[in-house]
Amino acid sequence: MIALLIRDLRLAIRAGGGFGLGLAFFLILATLVPLGVGPQPDRLGPIAPGILWLGALLACLLSLDRLFALDAEDGSLELLATAPIPLEGVAAIKALAHWLTTGLPLTVAAAPLSLLLFLPPAALPWLVLSLAIGTPALSWLGTFGAAVTVGLRRGSLLLSLLVLPLYIPTLVFGAEIVRRGGEGLSVATPLALLAAITLGCIALLPFATAAVLRANLR
Amino acid sequence: MSVWEYANPRRFMSLSARILPWVAGLAALLCVTGLAWGFFLTPEDFRMGHSVKIIYIHVPSAFIAINAWFMMLVTSLIWLIRRHHVSALAARAAAPIGLVMTVVALLTGAIWGKPMWGTYWEWDPRLTSFLILGLFYLGYIALWQSIEGQDQAADLTSVLCLVGTVFAVLSRYAAQFWNQGLHQGASLSLDAEENVADVFWLPLVVTIVGFVALFLALVLVRTRTEIRRRRLHALALRRRHA
Repeated sequence: MIALLIRDLRLAIRAGGGFGLGLAFFLILATLVPLGVGPQPDRLGPIAPGILWLGALLACLLSLDRLFALDAEDGSLELLATAPIPLEGVAAIKALAHWLTTGLPLTVAAAPLSLLLFLPPAALPWLVLSLAIGTPALSWLGTFGAAVTVGLRRGSLLLSLLVLPLYIPTLVFGAEIVRRGGEGLSVATPLALLAAITLGCIALLPFATAAVLRANLR
Repeated sequence: MSVWEYANPRRFMSLSARILPWVAGLAALLCVTGLAWGFFLTPEDFRMGHSVKIIYIHVPSAFIAINAWFMMLVTSLIWLIRRHHVSALAARAAAPIGLVMTVVALLTGAIWGKPMWGTYWEWDPRLTSFLILGLFYLGYIALWQSIEGQDQAADLTSVLCLVGTVFAVLSRYAAQFWNQGLHQGASLSLDAEENVADVFWLPLVVTIVGFVALFLALVLVRTRTEIRRRRLHALALRRRHA
């Protein structure tokens, strides 16, 4: 399993495009928003939590269609399915590799980008914390969506239609944490709910992912 | 003799052919009665005037929109566990009906909302969660339509329906958390202190039962169509290989 994780990480870093592309997208989005809505700090500050969360979510979505597609093309997905590790484990490792190459860098990059959007300084730790907790859920859900659409032509378009509704609760609670944190309100409830979503995703979604992979490989 | 015998397509076809006219007739009767009663024979509400009458379409369609997804969840589970094709096809047949009902509920709500709340749309928990439910229907239907292999499509959509249910429920509470809204609480419930007045209540119940019958009739028709389509497909394949 560790070998698979290292292989996926290497592929993501060396193949170019996948890794870093999400970050570049995040940066461009943070640049375009002030151009679109106007650069005044008092206008950008209140919407910054939502924009940053939305940017992270879309950047995550961007790299999903490569998750299984390359493996399916060159046949290594069949090899993985017959490998001694269970398919559920493969799904979990794939999701972990995706999080390490997109979710984690996005979490780190969110802090400097929040300066561009005049996020209130009090909200900054909450932004980083909520992204660190919430982005694994995005990766696990995205792995499920990628597994559903793996064999399809024009699957990536369908992928976004399937995955974005699933992202809604994570987005709502994640942005709520940052907003409340910035205003100095209690963040315990959304934080607990977000953590519950992430833990539930990590625990249960590999089974769903493995089930749809089996259906797709049959 | 168990209920599972009707999972055989042939038995399902003969049974559904027999009960379909009755269900459809019942649906027509109850819908016409309930709507006519509601539209013409009830007094105007002292605060809302004529526009109160839109509830006779709004409430039943919203009721069906939610319960259609619930029915799809049950039939998807039956497909995953017992692999009865009729069950998967019934789920497929129900999805577009659910989507239409969601759209009807949203549209009638918007028409009613303009004079009452002064706005067509409000990011209120109930409205938002209905919009999200519509998105789930869209994704589900799109997935069915983009896969060639029927059994594979049934497998994938069933799992999607299960995962989608969990997240649809989560989104509903997330939306509630996110914003407090304008929509009044449930107008009909068994335990609430305050329900709508009896004059409005009776025709509304008749209409809801009528909509349930209508939904059943439509699902039966569409499931029969799906079974026939699949048989035609099998015949065409056999001819091509003969």
